[in-house]
Amino acid sequence: MTDVLQACHQDLLLKLLRDMVHIRSLEERCAQLYGETKIRGFLHLYIGEEAVAAGAVNALEPGDALVATYREHGHALVRGVSAEAIMAEMFGKSAGCSRGRGGSMHLFDAEQRLYGGNAIVAGGLPLAVGLALADKMQGRKRVTACFFGEGAMAEGAFHEAMNLAALWQLPVLFCCENNLYAMGTALARSESQVLLTVKAASYNINTRSVDGMDVVAVHSQTRKALARIRAGHGPCFIEYQTYRFRAHSMFDPELYRDKAEVEQWKQRGPIHGFSARLKEAGLLTEEVFLNLEAEAGDEIDRAVQFAEAADWESIEDCFADVCTPPEHTA
Amino acid sequence: MSAAQKMTYRDACRLALQEAMQQDERVFLMGEDVGRYGGSYAVSKGLLEEFGEERVRDTPLSELGFTGAGIGAALGGMRPIVEIMTVNFSLLALDQIVNTAALLRHMSGGQFTVPLVIRISTGAGRQLAAQHSHSLEGWFAHIPGIRVLMPATIEDARGMLAPALRDPDPVIIFEHAVLYNSEGELPAGFTGVDISQARIRRPGRDLTLVAWGGCLPKALAAATTLAQQGIECEVIDLRILRPLDDATLLDSVRRTHRLLIVDEGWRSGSLAAEIAARIAEQAFYELDAPIARVCSEEVPIPYPRHLEEAALPQADKIVVCAQAMVVQCPV
Amino acid sequence: MLEFKLPSLGADMDEGTLVQWQIKPGDVVKRGDVVAVVDTSKAAIDVESWIAGTVQELLVQAGDKIPVGTVMALLAEPGEAVATTAAADAEAVKEIPAEAAKKGASKGASKKSSVNGPKPAKTTGETPTLRRKISPAARRRAEELGVKLEQLEGSGPQGAITLADVNAALAAASEKRDARPVKAAAVPDPARDRRADMRRTIAAAMARSKREIPHYYLGQSIPLDAAMTWLETCNAQRPLTERVLLAALLLKVVALAARKYPELNGFYREDRFEPGPGVHLGVAISLRGGGLIAPALHDCDSRPLGELMQGLSDLVRRARSGSLRSSEVADPTLTVTNLGEQSVAEVYGVIYPPQVALVGFGGISEQVIADKGAIRVAPVLHISLSADHRVSDGHRGALFLAHIAALLQDPARLGREAA
Repeated sequence: MTDVLQACHQDLLLKLLRDMVHIRSLEERCAQLYGETKIRGFLHLYIGEEAVAAGAVNALEPGDALVATYREHGHALVRGVSAEAIMAEMFGKSAGCSRGRGGSMHLFDAEQRLYGGNAIVAGGLPLAVGLALADKMQGRKRVTACFFGEGAMAEGAFHEAMNLAALWQLPVLFCCENNLYAMGTALARSESQVLLTVKAASYNINTRSVDGMDVVAVHSQTRKALARIRAGHGPCFIEYQTYRFRAHSMFDPELYRDKAEVEQWKQRGPIHGFSARLKEAGLLTEEVFLNLEAEAGDEIDRAVQFAEAADWESIEDCFADVCTPPEHTA
Repeated sequence: MSAAQKMTYRDACRLALQEAMQQDERVFLMGEDVGRYGGSYAVSKGLLEEFGEERVRDTPLSELGFTGAGIGAALGGMRPIVEIMTVNFSLLALDQIVNTAALLRHMSGGQFTVPLVIRISTGAGRQLAAQHSHSLEGWFAHIPGIRVLMPATIEDARGMLAPALRDPDPVIIFEHAVLYNSEGELPAGFTGVDISQARIRRPGRDLTLVAWGGCLPKALAAATTLAQQGIECEVIDLRILRPLDDATLLDSVRRTHRLLIVDEGWRSGSLAAEIAARIAEQAFYELDAPIARVCSEEVPIPYPRHLEEAALPQADKIVVCAQAMVVQCPV
Repeated sequence: MLEFKLPSLGADMDEGTLVQWQIKPGDVVKRGDVVAVVDTSKAAIDVESWIAGTVQELLVQAGDKIPVGTVMALLAEPGEAVATTAAADAEAVKEIPAEAAKKGASKGASKKSSVNGPKPAKTTGETPTLRRKISPAARRRAEELGVKLEQLEGSGPQGAITLADVNAALAAASEKRDARPVKAAAVPDPARDRRADMRRTIAAAMARSKREIPHYYLGQSIPLDAAMTWLETCNAQRPLTERVLLAALLLKVVALAARKYPELNGFYREDRFEPGPGVHLGVAISLRGGGLIAPALHDCDSRPLGELMQGLSDLVRRARSGSLRSSEVADPTLTVTNLGEQSVAEVYGVIYPPQVALVGFGGISEQVIADKGAIRVAPVLHISLSADHRVSDGHRGALFLAHIAALLQDPARLGREAA
């Protein structure tokens, strides 16, 4: 175990830890702000799943594209969207990363090539296929990473997108975050084949499954898959086995799972586990860890202050951006 | 100046595709059987040979998948033209069209636009029965964020694609299946068409007759018959189903004071209903007769010819309806 | 002291019912601890605290229904002294949840009634009537012209009264002696009834005008010697039957001025001004048996003076014999009234809706005029403008009159401009 850590650059390890702590800090504050009615609508928290976004998104190159789901705050943050822009978006303010038009489920950022949180389950998959098709047709060596939950694998769009990507050998990384529940429906209650890699492999593509609670494993497996795609071997599928510690959304009474099961998974918490390993390996002290947490808290404090102070878009501007204004059309 | 050219609507569609692909490397055609087969209505016949498999791309039978891929490719800098074989099949792609293509610009706060063109054949009249004969273009005209076009003439079939490809937002072009074989002349010196305004195809003073797509020839035929009876119809080709060109319609109704709308969609919740409502809202005091509609009967389009004909708007139905608006009937 | 408030647990949650507290006064609460179970409309939910402290007091009791944001408990911050006797305070603050609960309950009740649907509305007791079929366009035109729709018979589909019927009725109203029934008239009225109808029509239009149109009035006296000399010269070259009267010349200059100042020529409808499609002057013609009609003389600005004269004679003759065309009745864009024959000095008329102006000519009298240091005697005409202040202002109206004055005093210019 320690050998694996030693093989990685210490800066990277600390970056992975830092990103997970920042996501956790952001998500906990979101829950609080939701209670205070600052954030409205649907809010899906990533607490428990941080290792997937931190490990996988850090493996991407700057030019790669990212297509995410409605549980995408962590992905946006790791990709480089500022906490201020994310928080302002959730407040619905015009300084948000989608000008306040999207909210929690629709974080976009053209500069980071983040093509959105998508609130249609599996809605992002065909989009990712098209982005990759454009890259291939234009001879660009970029990859499109597409995140979705295991629930999306029951949708027709999953099958159509997998088939197209495999058929046309497109540079797509299909990232399945298997947290075992599609809202409240357990995997075994919705899928005839619960081995997700087997299901994906039917499209004749490279698949792998990885412990999604282990940020280093996530990172290294993702890197391997990306290298394969960049080498021109077509799309890959990765299943990240993970678990969300909190409810599906802010209004989920969690009647469908046992509290003991949640507690059991919490023992394997990604931040707790990884920081313990780093300490054991002599790569982290408690003091440094507390500093990381404090830094994250400060960053989120600043983001909340920014969002509070930001302006609302005027109602007169409501119709902007439904269509491109005529002066910008060719 | 080129001379006037006689051609079919199908030829006009093909010429438009060919020109678009010749002029812009980013343009490519994607859909079921657009390549080897030559297009289910033979519109893309010969294009595979000219442009190759990369740019005339046969897809699996997965409307949702390849329409979504078209959206992604548009985002990625290409100018895809997605062909959906018939409007009934477009329902399989509705999620990507409505939930992604139409919304992306808004949801991203204007950061992303989707310069995608979707071509869909629509309409009845060839005994293809209920699952291949419906006219659902009015549904798409309901959605903010997309432009919906319906060429009814050779000129528009030839000319609408180019401005649609220049539009930074998603555009759907509906081609009425019955029109593919229709012949007409592309006028000499043709330079292109706009995709923003309805057009008067026949001026008249007594009654405004609005139609589009496959109903336009029927409306024009009805207008000829009515003229022989002394009723002069102004026939307007709507051309753009969204956004609606209210100004041209209002201007005409303010002159004729009567409005009759022909729509191959079903009457309930139809585009004809929307047009009627707009005119009633904006020109109520100009009306000298109740607004009237000739729409499809509220049945799935039947297979046998006589029933199919009975279910659809026809020139004789338009004539009877127009007469009732203008001429006194014994009470 | 820290306040623990009922958080919103979903976009559709406005209120919740406390099922039970998981804490009691004196307990130390950490961030993330479950402090209460709250029943929402969906399920009982564990509510966690985002604040840390020592429970001082619970303000809500199990069973209370409270809106989101209600303070449920007070917590002492770490280090803050915990009050030992809070009983009296607790009594006082109990009012809050009770109030809140009431509010919540009444809200719930109102929701329930909306779910069950509104009670059937009582009708007014009046039985619905079948309105006569009158097209919206015809109804508006009739109101503008003061035509009574009750007596019309419709020629449209299902007997509906249409635009054409209203225009025809107005033309018919001018035939005071001709009792032949026209197509749109219900019954052949005796002349007396017809006069009464016309009176009612005028009454309605003029009342509406004074009710709705904010008139302003301007007047000016204009020496006519130059104009009359010019007219005499013109007429000397014409056969007797083609002589032009001053009345036609006056119409011509008004029409030219109206073309130059279009905001005085047209209609005011639906809160906006519509410029006239041409200059069609309404010529006020008094009828011998009483009453008044102002049919249009079309395109006065562009027709040659001689033709205008013939048109005027023809119009007056037909108005008095009751054979006007419906278009003449329907579309004047600006009315001109001339009461000069009755030796009236000045006339300030009432605008005919939906027109926006009226020009009045008074009588011509000889007056002494001081001009360029000399005195001369000349015929002088008084001309007035009544105009709609919603469309034009006094300044523009004054320019309009000045233009008429200039043309009449320099008739050669009139020849040029009319061309």
